[in-house]
Amino acid sequence: MKLKRISLLAVAVAGVVATGTATAGATFDAVKKKGFVQCGVSTGLPGFSVSDDKGNWKGIDVDACRAVAAALFGDASKVKYTPLNAKERFTALQSGEIDMLPRNTTWTYTRDTSLGLNFAGVNYYDGQGFLISKKLGVKSAKELSGAAICIQAGTTTELNLADYFRANKMEYTAITYDSSDETIKGFEAGRCDVLTSDQSQLYALRIKLQKPDDAVVLPEVISKEPLGPVVRQGDDEWFNLVRWSLFAQINAEELGVTSANVDEKAKSTDPNVQRLLGGEGVKGEFLGVGDKWAYNIIKQVGNYGEMFERNVGQGSPLKIERGLNALWNKGGIQYAPPIR
Amino acid sequence: MAEPAPDLTRPARPSRLTDPKFRALVFQILATLTVVAFLVYIVHNTLTNMEQRGISTGFGFLDRTAGFAILQSLIPYSETSTYGRTFVVGLLNTILVSALGVVCATLIGFVVGVLRLSSNWLIKKLATAYIETFRNIPLLLQIFFWYFAIGFNLPGPRQSIAIGETVFLNNRGLYVPAPVFGEGFGWTLAAIAVAIVAVIVLAHWARRRFELTGQSFHTVYVSLAILLGLPLLVFVATGAPLSWDMPALQGFNFRGGLTVIPELFALTLALSIYTAAFIAETVRSGIQSVSHGQTEAASALGLRPSWTLRLVIIPQAMRVIIPPLTSQYLNLTKNSSLAPAIGYPDLVAVFAGTTLNQTGQAVEIIAITMAVYLTLSLVISLFMNWYNKRMALKER
Ligand SMILES: N[C@@H](CCC(=O)N[C@@H](CS)C(=O)NCC(=O)O)C(=O)O
Repeated sequence: MKLKRISLLAVAVAGVVATGTATAGATFDAVKKKGFVQCGVSTGLPGFSVSDDKGNWKGIDVDACRAVAAALFGDASKVKYTPLNAKERFTALQSGEIDMLPRNTTWTYTRDTSLGLNFAGVNYYDGQGFLISKKLGVKSAKELSGAAICIQAGTTTELNLADYFRANKMEYTAITYDSSDETIKGFEAGRCDVLTSDQSQLYALRIKLQKPDDAVVLPEVISKEPLGPVVRQGDDEWFNLVRWSLFAQINAEELGVTSANVDEKAKSTDPNVQRLLGGEGVKGEFLGVGDKWAYNIIKQVGNYGEMFERNVGQGSPLKIERGLNALWNKGGIQYAPPIR
Repeated sequence: MAEPAPDLTRPARPSRLTDPKFRALVFQILATLTVVAFLVYIVHNTLTNMEQRGISTGFGFLDRTAGFAILQSLIPYSETSTYGRTFVVGLLNTILVSALGVVCATLIGFVVGVLRLSSNWLIKKLATAYIETFRNIPLLLQIFFWYFAIGFNLPGPRQSIAIGETVFLNNRGLYVPAPVFGEGFGWTLAAIAVAIVAVIVLAHWARRRFELTGQSFHTVYVSLAILLGLPLLVFVATGAPLSWDMPALQGFNFRGGLTVIPELFALTLALSIYTAAFIAETVRSGIQSVSHGQTEAASALGLRPSWTLRLVIIPQAMRVIIPPLTSQYLNLTKNSSLAPAIGYPDLVAVFAGTTLNQTGQAVEIIAITMAVYLTLSLVISLFMNWYNKRMALKER
C-alpha cells in the first residue's frame, strides 16, 4: 500500500514535470473520448465516499461524479474511482491522474489560488468538531487543554486545531496519521483522547467505531468547511459541466423534481421545470452535452435533497440533519443560480 | 637533392578522428552536453507547465508560517514556526530514528550472527529461526505489528505501569525524569571531555606497549574507571548541580520529564530487528570466510576462544563484513521513510507529507527530500569507506 502511494506520488510529480502544455477543453475532450470520469474520492468515509464489499462506491461525493457522468454520457455508472488520502489528493488532480476531486475537500483561499485548481461549488457545508470518549466526562472543547488529539495529515483540520488551541491558550499533543483508518484505530486504542475532523466526518467515523455509543461529538464547531468538487484550472468547459451538474440537482430540489416524478414533471407546463429538463428554451449544447443532461442526472442520481437523505440524512445510518445544507428558502444556505 | 627517406621509426601521424583518446573525449563531451540539455529542458518545461496551470513555484514557501503541530521535535518548534523549520524538524527526526536503528541493528546483528555459528544446537537453531523469520516478513507489517499489536495494548495514562513512581509506561509512551542542569554543571561536562581524551591516550599507550613487549593491560577496566570516576568526582566537588524534572499525571496526560513516543519506539524496534537479521547473515559469512586453520593456529598458540574471536577472527572477518554492512545501513536509513505509516514525524511525514500538501509545491519538496536521502546515503557511504580502508589488510 505504501509502495502504491509512493509510486502514485512519483507518477504525479513526473506528470507535472513531463507532460506537454495543456490546451483549453483538454479535460472535457479527454473524458468524452475515454468514455468515463476518473473520480478522486476518499479511502473510505461513510456517507461521503465508501465502497461496499462488492466494490460499489456510495456517498454524496461519489454522486457528484455520477451526476457528471449522467450529464455527459447519459449514464451515471460511467465512473472509475481512485481512493486518495488527504495528502495525495491535490497532487493526483494536478498531475491529471484524476479528472475531478469531490473528496470532502474544503474550499480555501490558498487551495483555490495557489494550487492551480478551481472549486466548482459546495456540496456540503461543514465545520470542524471534536469526538471524545464519553467516560472522560468532557462537555466542552474549552476543557481540552493538555489532551492528545488524533488528526489526519494534510488537512485544514491540522491548521484549525493549531489556531483554536493557540487562541484559547490551551496546549495539546497532535498525533498525525495518514489515513482515517489509522486515526480511528489510534482513537480506539487510546493513543489520543480526542479525534478531530469536520463534524460530518466525525459522525461518519463514529459509526466505524466498535462501540459508537461510547463516544460523543462535542457541541463546538470551530471552523467553516465548505466542501465541494475540485477540478484543474485551465478547462472552463469541464469546470462548467461539474459546476452545473451540482446546480441542476439543487434547482431540481427547489422545483420539486425528484427521481420518482421526473418523467411526469417533464410534461409539466412550468417553464422553470421545462428549461431544467430540456423541454424548451436553453440547450444542453451550451455545456457541450445533450439536452436531456439534467433529466439524466435527476433520473439516475436524484435531486440534492434525495441525494443528501440517502447518503448522510435520515435514510442513512448517519442521520445528519439538513441544517446549513437545507435550501435557502427552507432555513439553510444551499442556493443555486437559476437555469435560464 | 634526393627526397629525405621517410622516418620509419616513427609511425605516420594518425588522423585525429581515429585517435581513441580524442574520440573518447569528444564522446564524453557530447554525452555530458546531451544530459545537461535534457535537464535544462525538463526544468524549463516543468516551470512553464506549472506557470500555465497556475501552480505556485519557487522556494519562497520556506519562509511562510507552517501553522500545524508536530508530535516530536528535537529543536524548539511551534505552530508559528516556518515551513523551513518543519524541514529541519523532520530531518532531525529521520536522523534520530536512523541512528538509533543503526546502533541497535548492529548490536543485535553481531550477536545473532555469532550465535548462529555456535556449537550449541539450541542456540544455533534459535538464531537461525530469528534470521529466517524477520528477514522474510515485510518491514511494513513488522512496523504495524510493533505499533498496533504491542504499543496499543499497553494501559492508558491513568493506569500506567509505574516503576518506582519515576518512570511510567503507557500507551502514550515511556515517561522518564528529565535532567535539569544547574549552574556549574559545565565543570562536569569538561571533566567528561578530559576523561575521554585520557582514555584515548591510554588506549594508544597500551597498544604500543602490547606491540612492543607483548604485555597486555586492563584497558577496559581502567578506562571505565576514568570515564565514570573523574566526572563523578568533579560533579560532587561542584556541589551536584543537577535536579530532575519528574513526569506527573496532570489532566489527560503525563507532563514534565522526557517522553519516548510509541511511534519512535515501534519504528526503531522494527527497523533494528529487521535489519539485524540481514546483518547477522553478513556477520556469519564474514566469520566463515576466515579459514578454520586460523582458529586452530590460535588455539595451538594457547589463545583463549574469546580472544581468538576478538583478536584473530573478527579483525579478518570485518574486511568481508563492512561493504555489505554499509548497504544495510543505507537500507535502514531509506526504510525509515516508512514512518508516516504509524505517524512518526520523520522527513517524509512532516515535509514531503503535511508541508507538501499545505503548500502544494510537490516538485520542489520532493526534489529537496530526494536530495536529503541522497546526501544521507553518501555521508554513510563515505564514512564506511573510510572505516573499510582503515580495517583493510595492511601489507607489510
Ligand atoms: N475537509 C478537510 C478534511 C478532509 C479529510 O481528509 N478528512 C478526513 C477525516 S479523518 C478524511 O476524510 N479521511 C478519509 C481518507 O483519508 O480517506 C480538508 O479538506 O482538509
